[in-house]
Amino acid sequence: MSGAARADDHAHGHDHGGHGQDAHGHGSFKDYVTGFVLSVILTAIPFWLVMGNVIDDKLVTGVVILGLAVVQIVVHMIYFLHMNTKSEGGWTFLALIFTITLVLITLCGSIWVMHHLNTNMMPISAEEMRHAP
Amino acid sequence: MATHATHTLAGDRMSGADVPDFLDLEGEHHPEGSTMLGFWIYLMSDCLIFAVLFATYAVLGRSYAAGPSPKDLFDLPIVAVNTSMLLFSSITYGFAMLAMERDDLAKTQLWLAVTGLFGAAFVGLELYEFAHLIHEGATPQRSGFLSAFFTLVGTHGLHVTFGLIWLVTLMVQTRLRGLVPENKRRLMCLSMFWHFLDVIWIGVFTFVYLMGVLQ
Repeated sequence: MSGAARADDHAHGHDHGGHGQDAHGHGSFKDYVTGFVLSVILTAIPFWLVMGNVIDDKLVTGVVILGLAVVQIVVHMIYFLHMNTKSEGGWTFLALIFTITLVLITLCGSIWVMHHLNTNMMPISAEEMRHAP
Repeated sequence: MATHATHTLAGDRMSGADVPDFLDLEGEHHPEGSTMLGFWIYLMSDCLIFAVLFATYAVLGRSYAAGPSPKDLFDLPIVAVNTSMLLFSSITYGFAMLAMERDDLAKTQLWLAVTGLFGAAFVGLELYEFAHLIHEGATPQRSGFLSAFFTLVGTHGLHVTFGLIWLVTLMVQTRLRGLVPENKRRLMCLSMFWHFLDVIWIGVFTFVYLMGVLQ
């Protein structure tokens, strides 16, 4: 959807005026339905892939469903949360980018470090296991 | 001495207006726009909480301690129904927002009620699932995987529960005061909160349930 079309939606959507409100628009009926239909498709495909064992290779299935989840998150951000680079003078978008960066560092960092820790730990014997706290 | 000081202090505060200034009846201290940005930043901080819980689950998710694994426990049809409940509640909240824009109080309340029912169905199904797991002995104490699972999914469920309380509160408030600007602002905040929880749920059903069963 182009910026001009968005602006038109807001023009007749807000009778109380005030540009502060327009910064966080609510979207149109079409926006919500588009987002909903896309979400249903993007939810149904991963469930179908896993429940129906469609792809033999589990790694490929895992990558595909993670990819679909990312696409669905973007769809929700755009159509339900009305995320764009313009609202609040770009501050919401900047906060989002900052958060995504921190989330990626937290997730990738934890998985990476703890995986190495696990692989480099001494294997525990059955005797030690019995006396473990 | 002490009484005198208190008296002066109270006198200073009351000198400006008849009502104490913390009773913001006019709502004039809430310029539109900044509330939305502030709420968005709150949501982002909430996002960090979930990121930490997801990271914990990613690390502990395969520490079964010889207990049950996701494949033994998770019932995907129930999760699919749960997911659709949350998805339906997202679009019905969207319809509530559209009705709010048209200043249609009755429709707004109707769609809020429908959203609340879907949300309650979601929480109900989740509680049923938890009860089922605990009945089977898969309690949070059983293994690292189950601790991480209950913390992550439970925190999300708790958020939805608080969202429901907020939703009922706003239904009462709109009934009492109508769609005044303050209530519209509150409804917009809850809208962001509600859709945000749906976004988190995408991560939960993909990362925890689907990828868990896939192992």
